[in-house]
Amino acid sequence: MADHASHGTAHEAHGEHTHHPNYVKIWAILLALLVVSVAGPFVGIKAVTLITAFGVAIVKAYLVVKNFMHIDVAARLVTYLVLTMLLFMLLFFAGTAPDVMESHGSNWTKPSWVAGTAHPEAPADGHGQEEEH
Amino acid sequence: MSAAASRPIATGRSATGMPTGRLAVWWVIASEIVIFGGLLGSYVMHRLAHDAFAQQAAHTNTWIGAFNTFVLLTSSLSAVLAHKAAEEGNGTKAARFLYYTMAGGVVFIVVKAFEWTSEIQHGFTISSNTFWSFYYTAAGIHAGHVIAGVVIMGIVAQAARKNLELQRVELIGLYWHFVDIVWIFLFPLLYIAK
Amino acid sequence: MVVQHASPAHEHDAQHARQSWVRHYLLATDHKIICFQYMFTGMALAVVAGFFSYVFRMQMAFPGMNVPGWGLVTPAEYNMLVTNHGAIMIFWVAMPVLIAAFGNYLIPLMIGADDMVFPRVNRLSYQIFLLSVIILLVSFFVDGGGSAGAWTMYPPLMAKAQYSMTGTGSSVFLVAIALEFVAFLLGGINFVTTAMNARAPGMTYYDIPIVVWMIVIASILFMASVGPLIAGAVMMLFDQQLGTAFFDPDRGGDPILWQHLFWFFGHPEVYVVLLPAIGITAEIITVFSRKKLFAYKTVLNTAIGTGVLSFTVWAHHQFIAGIDPRMANIFTVTTLIISIPIAEMMFVYVATLYGGSITLATPMLWALGFIATFLIGGVTGIFLGASGADIYLHDTYFVLAHFHYTFFPIAIIGTYAGLTYWFPKMFGKQMNETLGKIHFWGTFIPFNCIFIPLFFTGMLGDHRRIFDYTYFPELSTPMLENLRAFATISLVVMLGFQLVFIYNFVTSLLWGEKAEKNPWHANTLEWTADSPPPHGNWAELPTVYRGPYEYSVPDRKDDFWPQNAKS
Repeated sequence: MADHASHGTAHEAHGEHTHHPNYVKIWAILLALLVVSVAGPFVGIKAVTLITAFGVAIVKAYLVVKNFMHIDVAARLVTYLVLTMLLFMLLFFAGTAPDVMESHGSNWTKPSWVAGTAHPEAPADGHGQEEEH
Repeated sequence: MSAAASRPIATGRSATGMPTGRLAVWWVIASEIVIFGGLLGSYVMHRLAHDAFAQQAAHTNTWIGAFNTFVLLTSSLSAVLAHKAAEEGNGTKAARFLYYTMAGGVVFIVVKAFEWTSEIQHGFTISSNTFWSFYYTAAGIHAGHVIAGVVIMGIVAQAARKNLELQRVELIGLYWHFVDIVWIFLFPLLYIAK
Repeated sequence: MVVQHASPAHEHDAQHARQSWVRHYLLATDHKIICFQYMFTGMALAVVAGFFSYVFRMQMAFPGMNVPGWGLVTPAEYNMLVTNHGAIMIFWVAMPVLIAAFGNYLIPLMIGADDMVFPRVNRLSYQIFLLSVIILLVSFFVDGGGSAGAWTMYPPLMAKAQYSMTGTGSSVFLVAIALEFVAFLLGGINFVTTAMNARAPGMTYYDIPIVVWMIVIASILFMASVGPLIAGAVMMLFDQQLGTAFFDPDRGGDPILWQHLFWFFGHPEVYVVLLPAIGITAEIITVFSRKKLFAYKTVLNTAIGTGVLSFTVWAHHQFIAGIDPRMANIFTVTTLIISIPIAEMMFVYVATLYGGSITLATPMLWALGFIATFLIGGVTGIFLGASGADIYLHDTYFVLAHFHYTFFPIAIIGTYAGLTYWFPKMFGKQMNETLGKIHFWGTFIPFNCIFIPLFFTGMLGDHRRIFDYTYFPELSTPMLENLRAFATISLVVMLGFQLVFIYNFVTSLLWGEKAEKNPWHANTLEWTADSPPPHGNWAELPTVYRGPYEYSVPDRKDDFWPQNAKS
């Protein structure tokens, strides 16, 4: 296990890591964004909440991926790989949502969806939901 | 046991120019993206289809969620500082920062434990309704990844402390940042969009 | 790193003496041993799944009979047999043998490496796989027996014990599946990073043998597609055990969500197992026709194209499940398109064979058999890909015959092709050619006799997953009963001929003629190592100077030109 020599070849391959941004500064920006996302709902406008909540999430994710994970320094393949996976997830959503978000079709319904009883208010009084089988 | 079994020549090669360990971790992250993507995608579909979801989400505690977000973001900072220290060859410093990261992970789990206990005692269990089913499942699978990350980080830190296998500090850091990013998206999905 | 400098045979024997049996076999990190672990585990489970098919086919052909070796088949048992035959064949036979075993063996050897880049992760992936096998076997012995929700595990059948008539078996099965997925994710990472990074000096991307490319692309496909199903499996497990309702429409869930989660993985999965078999075929047909692959880059690009397209076709399994008909249109188009790259690959193979100097040795018979039967499978898939036709054909035996005409070539024919081809390298002995040919014809002809009748029974209305057709008078005509009986008897004959292979395998292993390094006179790097290769594969790792298919190059004395030969 204690094998120093073999580090050499693996590290020869990369000399790219000379550039370290100010990590504490990035962290501060991330925290500021966190505050924004928590504050957003207090404005009361739904669109604002959505933008602050998810827009901030996307920005935060980008900052982490770029500055902490150094994706721009890793081979371009890595960027393509991550983008492809995200694309597949969009594809999955696009192919599935038309069915899952429907409450009825030409020969079927989801009874509780139609009746509006799909999501009963969870009893907030210390008792769990009874199992119905 | 011969040295050949512990590290073949193959491991040191790099036909792509990228170190093998880093390449491997990015592949791990890629496969994890689709695991969480499938789960969260399913959640979003239900969320968009039912207004009732938003009412249920009102019962999650945004402040605890925000605190946990703060904890994970800070632990990501210490993880990348560990990476910087490892690159400078300072194994002791790297290990110290890894221990801070691990502490962050532990705090996250402990806070979550209290959060869930409180929620369950108020009657919000995994089978209460579909929102809560997704809530516990998604956050639970994420928490499992946090715990696994803490354990592996401990192993890496032990070696780093002795200036061994320093390249692994970056690798566990990459995994940790990914776990952080998943939470960055879980937070608004489960706590804010209500 | 001593092993690189000593002469291989001597050092190998010395190493053997030092390593205990446990270290060398049980806790192996050597990719070749791990290959054998996966291979023999997979082959053992093939016997189990094959036995299951025998039992349920006997019940279907002769309803109510006391099946020799099993007894009376109850409806619940029938469901369990059908479920596990399918699931085991795909997850615990096709994948471990085609991807894990052949991938483990071939990738380091064919790219000129001494092992995988992460040997201990490699060992861990087998251990997790073995754990999944044990848990799967446990599922047969818990109260209520093994999972009976079909390999597709649709809710509510799979989610509710009252429908599946099993107890914890279904949940145990899900745990086994989840572990199997983890094992293959780990293994896949090893394969991809090894092939990308650990290639011999001089080996460009286009010098990589096609089978290595195929296994790597298959691993990538698997890693990119299994995620949603892992999420789904957790959700299904919670529905079964914790009272959640992810898939229960009475309580806010949606059963179609499961179908999408499953098939988003399920369709790329069939290409995951297909590509290695296609790769093995490419290696064999070039060697046994002494001709270069007709269009290497085309095969590579069509494989990548197929991989990408495979993510866009999944809902063709759900055409009549109630999905949005406009989505059905889209998926019909994509499904028909995906037949094109595979067809192109077949054309390239035929063009490779054309004009070649063909030797019909056993591996070549299997490779040709693969092309012939897979073509039938592929073409019949086109009928099913058209949503209109699928309205009638879905859930009939036409579907079953289609996917056996694809899966059988992949999992069985492809495996035998690879085994008979690489046996000399793996075990240092030659297999018996005559027995090999007997086994081939004894498998190939009965196989067709099983499934061609089933195309017809399907078109005539036989539903899938029916335990006893006597409940359906219109399906109990003499013709249909005869066809079913004929198929079943052919199955028994085919299973019988597998004994020939087992006999050949064992006797060749123990007493076969010693194999030289390169008995087939092939170009790829594994044939330059000893038969079998020692730990570390070569005393000195090779350098590569050309592509893998330089056969019958004009003005050369030999009709082959190894990749590592300097001139």
